[in-house]
This record gives sequence, structure tokens and C-alpha cells, in this order.
Amino acid sequence: MAESGESKLKLYSYWRSSCSQRVRIALNLKGLDYEYIPVNLLKGEQKNPDFLKLNPLGYVPALVDGEIVIADSFAILMYLEEKYPQHPLLPSDLQKKALNHQASNVVCSNIQPLQNIAVLNYIKEKVGPDEVIPWVQSHINKGFAALEKLLKDCAGKYATGDEVSMADLFIEPQILGAITRFNIDMTQFPLLSRLHEAYSELPAFQNAMPENQPDAPPSSVTS
Amino acid sequence: MEELNIQNQRDTMNSSSKLVLYNFSHSSCSWRVRFALKLKGLDYEYKAVNLVKGEQFSREFEQVNPLHYVPVLVDGDVVVSDSLAILLYLEEKYPQRALLPDDHQRKALNLQVASIVCSSIQPLHMVTLAKHIEEKVGPEEGILWALSIIEKGFYALEKLLKDFATRFATGEELYMADMFLAPEIDTVAKRYNIDMSAYPILNRVYEAYKTVPEFLAASPEAQPDAAFFTPPA
Repeated sequence: MAESGESKLKLYSYWRSSCSQRVRIALNLKGLDYEYIPVNLLKGEQKNPDFLKLNPLGYVPALVDGEIVIADSFAILMYLEEKYPQHPLLPSDLQKKALNHQASNVVCSNIQPLQNIAVLNYIKEKVGPDEVIPWVQSHINKGFAALEKLLKDCAGKYATGDEVSMADLFIEPQILGAITRFNIDMTQFPLLSRLHEAYSELPAFQNAMPENQPDAPPSSVTS
Repeated sequence: MEELNIQNQRDTMNSSSKLVLYNFSHSSCSWRVRFALKLKGLDYEYKAVNLVKGEQFSREFEQVNPLHYVPVLVDGDVVVSDSLAILLYLEEKYPQRALLPDDHQRKALNLQVASIVCSSIQPLHMVTLAKHIEEKVGPEEGILWALSIIEKGFYALEKLLKDFATRFATGEELYMADMFLAPEIDTVAKRYNIDMSAYPILNRVYEAYKTVPEFLAASPEAQPDAAFFTPPA
């Protein structure tokens, strides 16, 4: 991470936010220094007026690059890809590029939104606290089964080939959350399990892990 | 409307068109892609997949998309599913009538709007999920759930677009954000009887969309398979 004042990139992030993790991985892969600005979602810091002035929706992650402010992990990744083309995250082949977008969307449209805090609170309140985990598990399992199907003929060392690409940045944080928060049985998903192993060997992914962030509580650090 | 139906059928009979779109008249995700194809002046063969009859699970369609959803675009050897992936593919392969502005900030804003609609709003109120909620909670709850999702999402969009007083969402021209907003607004406004006056910006752009011929030509009622759809009770 850079000394502040020198790096022009700033990332508003929460250690455990899977959407923030996607962007952290991208910044690491592209070798981009950035200032990490924590936003504690549990304490409601996303509603802080200064943050809302910058980013009216109060979402993390949000990236600041000089005059430019971008929220939403997908929009940020596409911006980084265009502005900082080193270590490209998208293959130049249009079919493979589209596949990356499709796999990314399985995560960010079909899985992750079903497990955000507001939805879980709704299920807890309207259906019952015991229903929350089964609800999340059913959506994750469905989404992971879809990814297994989608990627089975084109995965290489990583999701869509032998180079890390955008799909991997969406997949890993989702797998991590599934394992650590929702007790998903990953043995049902051999391809995703293999990918998860592969990511664990990459410094760019390891440095982006929740427990390695400046705002991770000390108790979260695993040996 | 009949004229549009005939024109759409002529489009499908154009044997030199290599693009094929598997889609369903009343799928808002399909509408996004139809809208973009018409704006870019791209002919395509319309292959109807009736979601109400479960045709997305047919063996034939399984070959096209093993994940069983529409829309799917076939362009020669390339097969692309997921409306956002398709739109980005079209944008790169057929750059005429660009759907993303050149400047980084506005381009990012368009992608953010697209993302909000296709991640935070539409998937959370789609029919299968609303039914799931109804089964778990009760008959009225599916609708209440959908309304709360839409309200939250629409308020977010109002905030995001507040600095634009332009004809469309992010400018005087139609861009990617509009491809997502237009079908979403029309679909939910009609299905859930939303009072759009609560959302002045979205209401303003919605009125503008209704004057755009390509939007109307891409609308559910103008599609060849429109007659096979019965609205939910």
C-alpha cells in the first residue's frame, strides 16, 4: 500500500465486503498503489455525510482517481481495465470476454444480492431466524452449480483459461464468503474447489483477503 | 402495434442476418437487448422461448444455454448469454451508435446504473423469487417484497442521476443506462401499478423513452410471440 499523498488512487472499502475484495484483487494484479480508506458498514459509516457527498448511494467499494469517483465493483473494474491496461483482466477474444462477463454476473446478479444484509434481515424477520442460512445456502448452491456448468468446458488453471481474468475476481470472494460465513459444502463443486486452491497461491489474491485488510478486527486474523 | 409486429417478422425472415436472438417477448432482460439491436440497426432472427411454458428447459434450448435463461445471442460461432454480457459484446463488435460515452466518468455511471438494475433490482423481484417468498410467507408477501425492492432501487437511481436534467438518463442520447432503465421501468410500472410521480427523474426519462421508435419496436407487445403470453393473475 502506498504512502498517502503520493498515490492518487483511493479505495473506500470494508474488510469483509466481497464487492470490495474484487477491486482489491484487481488493484493488486495491476500493481496499482492505493490509499485504503475503511468504511465500517456495521457501524453505519457509509451514511457519513462526507462519504455520501462523494458517493450518494453510500456503497462500498468506491474508487477515487483524481477527479473521478466510481462506485460499484463492476463499473470500477471496467474503469481500471481501460485506464490501467497492464495485466489485462479481460481476454481480447470476444467469446472469452463475454464468458467472463457472464460468469461475473452469475455471482453479482444471481448470488451476492440474495445474501446482502437487507435481504437477510427481511428473511429473518418475515420467515424466521432459522430460515436465513437455508435461504442463503440454496441460492449459493444454485449459483455455484450454474458456474460449474458454465465453466466446465473452458476453465484452465483459472476460471476461463490459464490466466487470471475478471471472472476469477468475482468467484473467489464469493467462494470465500460461502465457506466462512454460510457453511457451504464445497465438495459438491469440484471445479470451484480447484479454483479456490489455485487462488490461494497467488499473492494478489492473498493480499486482498478480508483478514489482511487494515480494518480487519484482530480476532479475524487466522494463523 | 400491428405494423411493428409485421416489421419484426420481416426482420426475422431476413435470411442474410447472421444474428440470432433467443428471447421472450415479456422478458425485460430480452427487451434490453432488442432495444440495443434496433438502435444499432442490426437485423436478427427472432427465436421465441416461452418462459411461461417452460421452454427454457427444453433439450433444444439446453444446447444453446445450459443455464436455461434468456436472452441468448448467437453471432456465427459466438454464443453469448446474459443481457449485460450481450450488450457489451455488441458494443465492441458493432460500434455504430455507441451505447457507452467516451468520457470515463459518464461511462462508469452508465455501467453503475446497469449494474444496479441487473443486480440490485431485477433479480430480486423476478417472478420465481417473488413466488418463493409467497410460498414461505404468504400470498400478499410476494408483491410487498417486490414493491420494497423496487422502491429502494428507484430511490437509489434518483440519487445517482440527480445531476442530469437531460432528455435521457445520462445525456441527450440513449446510452447503456437507458437500455436497462427503460424496460425495467415500463415492466414494473405496469405489473405493480407504481406511481411514477414519486420518482421525478425516472418518470421524466420514461416519458422520453415512450417517444423513441426503437424502444416501442422492441417492446413486449410488438414481438412475434407476444400473443402467447398471458399476464400473471
